[in-house]
Amino acid sequence: MSMSYDRAITVFSPDGHLFQVEYAQEAVKKGSTAVGVRGKNVVVLGVEKKTVAKLQDDRTVRKICALDDNVFMAFAGLTADARIVVNRARVECQSHRLTVEDPVTVEYITRFISSIKQRYTQSSGRRPFGISSLIVGFDFDGTPHLYQTDPSGTYHAWKANAIGRSAKTVREFLEKNYKEEHMESDTDTIKLAIRALLEVVQSGGKNIELAIMKRDESMKILVQEEIEEYVTAIEKEKEEAEKQKKKT
Amino acid sequence: GNPLKTACSDGDGSERKIQFLHGTTTLAFKFQHGVIVAVDSRATAGAYIASQTVKKVIEINPYLLGTMAGGAADCSFWERLLARQCRVYELRNKERISVAAASKLLANMVYQYKGMGLSMGTMVCGWDKTGPGLYYVDSEGNRVCGDLFAVGSGSMYAYGIVDSGLKQKDLTVEEACDLGCRAIYQATYRDAYSGGQVNLYHVHSEGWNRVSQSDVLLLHQQYQAEKA
Repeated sequence: MSMSYDRAITVFSPDGHLFQVEYAQEAVKKGSTAVGVRGKNVVVLGVEKKTVAKLQDDRTVRKICALDDNVFMAFAGLTADARIVVNRARVECQSHRLTVEDPVTVEYITRFISSIKQRYTQSSGRRPFGISSLIVGFDFDGTPHLYQTDPSGTYHAWKANAIGRSAKTVREFLEKNYKEEHMESDTDTIKLAIRALLEVVQSGGKNIELAIMKRDESMKILVQEEIEEYVTAIEKEKEEAEKQKKKT
Repeated sequence: GNPLKTACSDGDGSERKIQFLHGTTTLAFKFQHGVIVAVDSRATAGAYIASQTVKKVIEINPYLLGTMAGGAADCSFWERLLARQCRVYELRNKERISVAAASKLLANMVYQYKGMGLSMGTMVCGWDKTGPGLYYVDSEGNRVCGDLFAVGSGSMYAYGIVDSGLKQKDLTVEEACDLGCRAIYQATYRDAYSGGQVNLYHVHSEGWNRVSQSDVLLLHQQYQAEKA
């Protein structure tokens, strides 16, 4: 009866939905939270680190990947799917360097990743990728960028955004607390990303993984101590803010 | 067998030579205010002058030029294809293609036909965000960046003029144009396979413009008069 069901899986529903794409977006919502902030001189990506089993090696679970010297990304959703996308993007970054003798722009590689994702929503026998990604970096001319892609293959530029579990809460936090002037300072940009993640992550700094990139420098993944420093500073600021409130 | 051999052979199997524009002088050099491109316009078939009015500069787009040496059809066809590719790049990336990338696209295109009889020796000249750009690309697969190139049977004579003229630093646009013109003229004077007119282009930050087209016989009279 169902002999003809090895043709296209992603087909339109009568009311115009691509259900497979929407289900993929649901899979993304189950993934651990990732947050990205674009500052003036630094770009930041933070992800929620799931607590690993006792015997598991912490360092093999890396959700932030460098695509080239000037671009890196984080994702939310199916880790296995992400690996494929990241690999293709890394190869494309080098192919671009070879044919055009220039590093990719953040927009170019985002567009490339998005068109791969879109292709999978229109191929027979394939399912869409179950990941949304946050792609950050600096172009050749020094402009910072933050892009978000989703399983449907669309992409948009953002000043700050979050994906994955509780993305809505984090995004609302960012909308409330993003201040253009603060983006001039590297520390404030990093602090905003951490504060946003702390809203949804259990038990503080231990479950946060953070990567930053300053203009003309390569990506740096912060060690636990550095993150703890920021967290302590943030908590101090919170206390001071509370004290001020109580005084007035 | 070799398609080139088949195309080249007469009915009795002896080889007839395909006429290529190796008889030519094309020249391009970078200077403070961009790139000067100067070419002759003669096409020869053995000792017969087939044409005195060949356009050996191909206008790829408003800010990129290509010169023609070797097979005229090969040069113009591939450079038109390059123009198409450059335009697609512009539309996709919302910015002009760099000279490095354009020349690389051309080099990669013809490399696929290496050994199949293409004959093309071209200079890709333009201005991009890194400044003036000049690349020599040929059908053997060479692609080199440089400040000065001369290609063709009259190239040695042209090099002599340009090398001595570029000794002084910081040429003005007018001086550079005169130098390019003079170099091609001198080459046509000594090389039998170069002649006709000197077509001169100047590539600057806003794009290229056609500076002049001068008949070499008139140039000869002009330079003779200056000597007196």
